[in-house]
Amino acid sequence: MMYVSVKNHQRIPFSDIPVTEYGAFRELILHELMANPDDHCVQYFGVPMDGGIRLIVCVARDSNSDIRISSCQASSENTYPSCAASKPALEKFEREITELYNIQFEGHPWNKPVRYPWNRAMQEQRMEQYPFYTIDSEELHEVGVGPVHAGIIEPGHFRFICNGEQILHMETQLGYQHRGIESLFLKPGSVLQKATLAENIAGDTAVGHTTCFAHLWESLCGFEPSAQLKYSRTLALELERIAIHTGGLSAMCADIGYQLGNSVFGRLRTPVINFFQQWCGNRVAKSLIRPFGTHFPFTPELGQTLSAMFDRYEPDFLEMCHELFKLPSALSRFEKTGVVSLEQAAEIGAVGVAARMSGLCRDIRASHPDDLYPELQHTPIVKHHGDVYSRTKVRKQEIEQSLAHIRQLLTRIPAPEDGLSASAPEVQAPGPYPHSGHAFLHQSPAPAPGMFVLSLVEGWRGEICHCAITDPQGALVCYKVKDPSFHNWLALALAVRNNEISDFPICNKSFDLSYCGHDL
Amino acid sequence: MLDNFKIWYHQGKQYIPDVTTAQVPGIFRGRPVISEVKVDEEALCALCPTRAIQAHPVAIDLGRCTFCGECAFAFPKKIRFTTDYKMATNERERLMIREGQDEPITLNESLVRKEIRSVLGQSLKLRQVSAGGDNSCELELNAAGNVNFDMGRFGIEFTASPRHADGLVITGPVSRNMAEALDITYAATPDPKIIVLAGTDAISGGIFADSPALDRSFLDTHTVDLYLPGNPAHPLCIINGFLSLLGRTRPKTPKLPLTPLGNLPERAGEQLPERLQGRQV
Ligand code: SF4
Repeated sequence: MMYVSVKNHQRIPFSDIPVTEYGAFRELILHELMANPDDHCVQYFGVPMDGGIRLIVCVARDSNSDIRISSCQASSENTYPSCAASKPALEKFEREITELYNIQFEGHPWNKPVRYPWNRAMQEQRMEQYPFYTIDSEELHEVGVGPVHAGIIEPGHFRFICNGEQILHMETQLGYQHRGIESLFLKPGSVLQKATLAENIAGDTAVGHTTCFAHLWESLCGFEPSAQLKYSRTLALELERIAIHTGGLSAMCADIGYQLGNSVFGRLRTPVINFFQQWCGNRVAKSLIRPFGTHFPFTPELGQTLSAMFDRYEPDFLEMCHELFKLPSALSRFEKTGVVSLEQAAEIGAVGVAARMSGLCRDIRASHPDDLYPELQHTPIVKHHGDVYSRTKVRKQEIEQSLAHIRQLLTRIPAPEDGLSASAPEVQAPGPYPHSGHAFLHQSPAPAPGMFVLSLVEGWRGEICHCAITDPQGALVCYKVKDPSFHNWLALALAVRNNEISDFPICNKSFDLSYCGHDL
Repeated sequence: MLDNFKIWYHQGKQYIPDVTTAQVPGIFRGRPVISEVKVDEEALCALCPTRAIQAHPVAIDLGRCTFCGECAFAFPKKIRFTTDYKMATNERERLMIREGQDEPITLNESLVRKEIRSVLGQSLKLRQVSAGGDNSCELELNAAGNVNFDMGRFGIEFTASPRHADGLVITGPVSRNMAEALDITYAATPDPKIIVLAGTDAISGGIFADSPALDRSFLDTHTVDLYLPGNPAHPLCIINGFLSLLGRTRPKTPKLPLTPLGNLPERAGEQLPERLQGRQV
């Protein structure tokens, strides 16, 4: 067998991953690992090892919840035939490997820099010299937008080639937000530092990324989370989805100049994020999710508050949606704008909302479920037109679905004591943590040596993937993070083709991608 | 059209009438208070993820703190977080909360540049620059302008271009890759202009402080006019920060001349402006 199969965040000895030579590795990826339509590459990266670079590929098979992993040894002295040349979904992974380790992939369609990380192989590559495509033409013109944009939003540069008002091509240059997070994970430090890093990967997905980290870390340490932990993570993920989707609908209305929708959805988000504050003291749920325990177990009182909040939220939300989705001036902006076909979405490996809007059913909650998702029997919401309308509709219906999930969860709140670390012995005052339950981070088990773990979580944008390798002492030698936006930025570039440039904002907002999550 | 009115009516009043006295719901972690109880100070400093705590005597730097609350869980007798969200100041030193100190955080009036109040006092337009921001402070800056917090009522708004702005609000730890764009945006803003740092990441680098991917030299060479601590900064911290910078700590919310259904309000003892008297609006 040239690969090893694992389940979501199942830890395996790193030595169990077969190492082959590149030719066989490439054949394996193209003809076996990615042979089925439901196969999608969740991670493909390099780690410096044995004097060269170990390339590790991880492909998820949705039909049987497997993740199949293989590797090969490569070096910057050789060039390798590109896999992305025939599987465009791998294009950015290969670009990232080239950018970090100077490994060249022959035949790659556009092997350009991804994010100009501080530790890139070719330091002489500069942000301001990004090799944009240009067209030598007297009729066409180019428009550059960003990195600083007109709203309160993160930076990124968009370069359009236009024929009058019509976009022929758009290229996205990212990397402005690069903070070197993956390298910071490797620094010796406390679990709390790592959890804090995880919740700052993308502040609008604090629950998603931190849950993904917590699953990974607990698995590395051989820790089985309690019922309360699983419960609060599932609940928080669904709440985050409702909050950000509601805010997204508000911003969509703003982009089409629909003030009422902008205000109403905007104010409807407030009680949802305020609930996070009531639960954990932070409106974006930072500090809520921690490995091994939680300081903020979900109580029946919180359940009542949440339930009462949604009783008020739901009628107003539905009333506003009803109005928005029958408003001709809104529909004319949404329908048939920014279309991505099913074939395109599948080819580029789109994930999350950006996949489901065009008929591609990709949802980790259904395909690789964890926490309480197996019991919730989640069925993904799928639309088929791939336009702004479909993306808006998916987000609207996912809010309703998450509401239903939460209502179901609220009927069975586990005992709060469960959430506090079960394994922590009683700590005596006057040392730290006089209440034993809060010491879970302080007395946590250590990661096992020589291990590999890959963790998948469906955040509100889509599939989040964290991946770690430990050395023989149990220290991290590699920590790899992938935000769903890593795949989906290309979907936006395809969506805007042949649209009017004035529709770019609404297209961009309908995907609602993360800049910092991409740039890390 | 009628449906629109119905929706409008169903919203009721959403704005917070007085943003200077509003209470935050739940267990918000705002300005901490440190008691004089003796604890293992080394253990206390060691558990903080961003090294925000100093020992002998114990002090917390709100410019570094991520407000995770871990210190208060470990040493509940030593550290307690209040719900006081008014943490903004213009002097970095004032973000240092010391043992035994339990007073509101205020601005150092002598450091407020005169032109800020004389020129920008009634209308402050800002350009936001996210320089490695994680989109949570951006979310809260947006929220500060929504119908709930409605910062616009004080004439404080965000503009689409630095050319129309009176200053920059910077979020994020200032990534190396954004350093140049930040410089250019600042240069494009007309004088007099202010610099505001929103969130722990911007103020100190936060959890990213040691990252080699940052370039914070802009902040070494420019004077900061306002610090808005938080991870992310709360909209009420943001709004109150701006109001105190502008010297408008007792702001009046402008009275709305219209009720939701379009009739003039009838308030006892209130004279309508002459030009509106006897008219249906
Ligand atoms: S709340 Fe602030 S001071 Fe306390 S541990 Fe967290 S970051 Fe450190």
